[in-house]
Amino acid sequence: MSNIPADLKYLSSHEWVRVDAAGEVTVGISDHAQDALGDLVFVEVPEVGSQLSKGAAAAVVESVKAASDVYSPLTGEVVAVNEALTGSPELVNTDPYGEGWLFKLKLAAPAELDELLAAAAYEQVVTDAAG
Amino acid sequence: MGLKTPLHDTHVASGARMVDFGGWDMPVHYGSQLDEHHAVRRDAGMFDVSHMLIVDLHGSEVRDYLRHLLANDVAKLQQPGKALYSCMLNEAGGVIDDLIVYYLTDEHYRLIVNAGRREADLAWMRKQAEGRALEIKPRTDLAMIAVQGPNAREKASVLLGEHAAAALELPGFTGTQLGDHFVARTGYTGEDGWEIMLPAADVTAFWQALAARGIEPCGLGARDTLRLEAGMNLYGNDMDETVSPLESGLAWTVALAPQERDFVGRGALVAQREAGNLRKLVGLVLLERGVLRSHQRVVTEAGEGELTSGTFSPTLQQSIGLARVPAGTGEQVQVDIRGRLLPARVVKYPFVRNGKSLLAE
Repeated sequence: MSNIPADLKYLSSHEWVRVDAAGEVTVGISDHAQDALGDLVFVEVPEVGSQLSKGAAAAVVESVKAASDVYSPLTGEVVAVNEALTGSPELVNTDPYGEGWLFKLKLAAPAELDELLAAAAYEQVVTDAAG
Repeated sequence: MGLKTPLHDTHVASGARMVDFGGWDMPVHYGSQLDEHHAVRRDAGMFDVSHMLIVDLHGSEVRDYLRHLLANDVAKLQQPGKALYSCMLNEAGGVIDDLIVYYLTDEHYRLIVNAGRREADLAWMRKQAEGRALEIKPRTDLAMIAVQGPNAREKASVLLGEHAAAALELPGFTGTQLGDHFVARTGYTGEDGWEIMLPAADVTAFWQALAARGIEPCGLGARDTLRLEAGMNLYGNDMDETVSPLESGLAWTVALAPQERDFVGRGALVAQREAGNLRKLVGLVLLERGVLRSHQRVVTEAGEGELTSGTFSPTLQQSIGLARVPAGTGEQVQVDIRGRLLPARVVKYPFVRNGKSLLAE
């Protein structure tokens, strides 16, 4: 069973969001997503300073087998990216909710947070997909 | 649900991630595709390849039949047990399948064909056999395990009991029946090793015994990165019924001599060669970060081409691929990766052999 921390918010496309401070969040991909992708060998993160809108393709994670887009869960400006992933993309596999984070956003529309899934709802998404 | 090999339940019980491969429910990895890849390059790994079809051909006309059926020439096989890699072509020179043929006796040859092509192959082989004294016998009673890696033969040999010494003496690209096992020094990884065919009823115990000897179970994911590093074509990716072996890096497997041998597709290949300007399959190394994938567009000074296979090479720690490009393509090309043109270098392949990089600096 994959790990789905209760204090995070999720998208059904398997991104997670952690609220760090008012109007600032960290984004990554879920344990379920990294497990489904397999060993990651390449991560392309957005540029710091770029503006992302909710639902836009923001990053790419590639395993040995396939490439997968990561979508921005929220609208905002990229204020930091995880530079460590350039040399160690496997951090997303080993620690998807910690060292394997992808980027941080300064939110333009914090109310969008209410549209994200709670852990229980995301768990249902994962369960249904396994169906 | 797809077709299952006799080892299916064993894979599931050991936690394999199963995927569809040509209609078969097969393990893609057992935890880490990268670890499995390195196990084969550095030590010993094993693959369930029971989905591939073993076909025995018996009869007094079998040699003549194969000299007509295959683009490579089985007359090259002089020693019993010797194997040959060949394409089987249609009349237009397109590749119906690629296969290994073993010469066992003058009246018995064995073919190993791709899982996803078994029906197409058998239909074609039967059609070509019409009017000949020949028996075409699919050996669905047999399973097959490939043990590959620098230590694979040594580790596996113990399980062959009294036949261990004979197995270890097998020369390259040769197979022989040893008791219940047909052992062949062949593979699809660029490492030394064996492919072992045995009764399906015995394969589960044999697999478990190999695992107990420290041979790592490996899935199709590692099989693909290993074969691509080794510069070996994959049917359906690098060639299919619509392309010629001459445009698939397989000219070396086409025996145009002797001239009087009239194999299926010969006329088409001779015409292609005379017309010239053939596309070629080349190796690519990506010079920036990213991953080459099949179907990406290749931009060259001579025109556009396409990636036929691409991956991240775990041994080289960079991305490699095979691409079909226009004649006259030089050493520098660009690959369209998600709308960005990234530089790549054309290189000779294989990229890796026996654990070592073959890339010139």
